[in-house]
Amino acid sequence: MEQINSLEQRFQSIIDKDEKIEARDWMPDAYRKTLIRQISQHAHSEIVGMLPEGNWITRAPSLKRKLALLAKVQDEAGHGLYLYSATETLGISRSDMLDQLHSGKAKYSSIFNYPTLSWADIGAIGWLVDGAAIMNQVPLCRCSYGPYARAMVRVCKEESFHQRQGYEILLTLCQGTAEQKEMAQDALNRWWWPSLMMFGPGDADSPHSAQSIAWKIKRFSNDELRQRFVDMTIPQANILGISVPDPLLKYNELTQHYDFGPIDWDEFWSVVNGNGPCNKERLEARVKAHEQGAWVRDAATAYASKVEMKVSISAA
Amino acid sequence: MKDWPLFEIFIRSKNGLNHKHVGSLHASDAPMAIQNARDVYTRRNEGVSIWVVEATYITASNPDEKEALFDPAHDKIYRHPTFYKLPDELKHM
Repeated sequence: MEQINSLEQRFQSIIDKDEKIEARDWMPDAYRKTLIRQISQHAHSEIVGMLPEGNWITRAPSLKRKLALLAKVQDEAGHGLYLYSATETLGISRSDMLDQLHSGKAKYSSIFNYPTLSWADIGAIGWLVDGAAIMNQVPLCRCSYGPYARAMVRVCKEESFHQRQGYEILLTLCQGTAEQKEMAQDALNRWWWPSLMMFGPGDADSPHSAQSIAWKIKRFSNDELRQRFVDMTIPQANILGISVPDPLLKYNELTQHYDFGPIDWDEFWSVVNGNGPCNKERLEARVKAHEQGAWVRDAATAYASKVEMKVSISAA
Repeated sequence: MKDWPLFEIFIRSKNGLNHKHVGSLHASDAPMAIQNARDVYTRRNEGVSIWVVEATYITASNPDEKEALFDPAHDKIYRHPTFYKLPDELKHM
């Protein structure tokens, strides 16, 4: 017991000094478990996040938009991979993580359980969803766990293109016909609240946050990041000339922040618990892709062992 | 299905610089690891050369032996040029 205490003390002192924990360093079980849950959820979100956007690749309005969207979706696949690899350094296998996703045991960001009904949604996802993701992810570049922090540095570098391409889509629509601008407004109406929910429950209802902040996995609370997102986004909406669907939104001269209306947490928990508009569809699409890709993985494995056998025969 | 082996990926960002570890990925064999590494780690001109090494072939030092391995260097300050006090007027040294 005493030994565990001293190991824990040493671990915490490394963190307090703002140094990093690496894969083979000693760490408390709860730290490892928290990271496995958080990073694998993050990886799943990148992978499932490809689905709502993939919906529009074949229907992008121009070749330029199609190329950009393809590149963005390809980036999300890469981000999923960086994060799966980072999670594996904690001692869980890739196939276990995929099983957890496919069986519904693991969660992914609920935002991807909403449908992409119009082309403007692709703009709104880039602007709001990737914008909120960046707000969450930039502090994670300084996370105490080295492999996660390094993965996040790569992700953040690539993510800023995503947000800009989304905003530019909306800017173009907002400078177009009245109908196009209406499309942009409609997308903002539908994506605004789910984007605010991306930061997670309010601080009072977020029991794990304090421990994650002590471990320097998290650097800021959910509510702090949400407020920053609102403050950053409202002026951007003003430039587009569209407005967020919140009658209570108002700049507060005293706090120098925007006050905003209450979030519908019943909706949030309902979507988290599987009852969003697309939960079933998303999971089915992932399982189907995995199952239908099995023959490719098997063929590659068979080919690799055949080549290995040839090499060992010719060496003998 | 058996899991594909894990490969550690090293990228030379331009000639004149070392290959540097950038991450890892699974592949059925080394040629596939190179292809995947190209797609995953060099989408924005990050590299001119890729090394892939199957992770099982890497032998790493034990973190528990960090002190034994690396602490002896701490008190050998005479290995650094600043240890030697020389007059200010001395030039080119």
